[in-house]
Amino acid sequence: MMINAQLFEGEKIRLTPVDLERDPQAIAGWFHDSEFLSMLNLPLTLPRSPSQIKKAYEEIEKEQDEKSSVFNFMIRRKEEDNNTGGTLVGFARIFEIEWSNATGQIMLGIGDAHSRGKGYGSEALRLLLDYAFTEINFHRLGARIPEYNEIALHTFEKAGFTVEARSREALNRYGRHWDLILLGLLRPEWEKTR
Amino acid sequence: METMNKNLFHGELVRLTLEDADRVAAAFSRWGQDMEYARLLDSGPVRLFSSSIMRQWIEKEYLGDNPGMVNFFIRTLADDRLIGFIGLGGIHWNHGDAFVGIGIGEREYWGKGYGTDAMRVLLRFAFEELNLHRVSLTVFEYNPRAIRSYEKAGFAVEGRVREFVHRGGRRWDMICMGILRREWEQMQRVSAVTQQEAA
Repeated sequence: MMINAQLFEGEKIRLTPVDLERDPQAIAGWFHDSEFLSMLNLPLTLPRSPSQIKKAYEEIEKEQDEKSSVFNFMIRRKEEDNNTGGTLVGFARIFEIEWSNATGQIMLGIGDAHSRGKGYGSEALRLLLDYAFTEINFHRLGARIPEYNEIALHTFEKAGFTVEARSREALNRYGRHWDLILLGLLRPEWEKTR
Repeated sequence: METMNKNLFHGELVRLTLEDADRVAAAFSRWGQDMEYARLLDSGPVRLFSSSIMRQWIEKEYLGDNPGMVNFFIRTLADDRLIGFIGLGGIHWNHGDAFVGIGIGEREYWGKGYGTDAMRVLLRFAFEELNLHRVSLTVFEYNPRAIRSYEKAGFAVEGRVREFVHRGGRRWDMICMGILRREWEQMQRVSAVTQQEAA
């Protein structure tokens, strides 16, 4: 990996900071898509208003700055007109970072429904892993994905993650219980995929 | 031989309590200076805290009325000795799932069934009072005493988070365990039948 590699630039998408003035409106739209929320497995599937979103992202940025226990990126589709950095399509985050153990959890989602199924999630995950292993020097990354989210499971497994554990019947949604699947990717395994 | 007892907070060796921070802060601070105890308990880097900061933390975590957690202290029934803590956190009420954490700070009570008894009391509270569907826990592979205790209490291994902890110059797995409501109920039925047969 070259020292001058642009780790935030993909072919179709790029990773960018949040735009606290413009993004909350679009993100609030994602939070009215209950299927999106349940795929992400946020603790409570509830809509949010733009000002609630803005406040939440301000807290994320504060935590990123003060504790470095989270790294948040917004995913934007690259456009001809480069003024805005691109159209917001999703987010990608490394959180629950434990520096002494060099571990973290990954979560990402393509919130804009029209932008799904185009490989943006896979590309964002690839960029995130490059960043995580060559800039932050993690030893392992984990993800927690509900068993009903087959698309995410496929995307993560394609990127090299393996299933490590199943929290049996940890989720109760759509009138039945589901397992929560824990996946992990170790640095030596990631290196083999490159 | 297990006897039926009506008090949800009592086991056979221990009882679960909630008390003012002043009564427990010094013990928490002392336990925290036992590096072995601290490493068995948590994956974060072990740090030393004064009684004063412990008191504030206890006020917040134990006496703070947080909707997502229920924490207790553990006292022996025999001589009312404060020996540790046990609690549920990350309670997701809509899913009926929570994580349990336990620590026996007083070393002479390790390996004698006190932790297992406290866990049994906690599980009964979780399933009979909080009406949870499952209880989860994580434990490090270098803590075989705890793994055995959890298995005795009814937890099943559900997987291994590989190389999660980096300590003492090497990496260790974190083991995931869980117990479902119906498994706990089955254990109670088996235990009741055993009691009947012995009587």
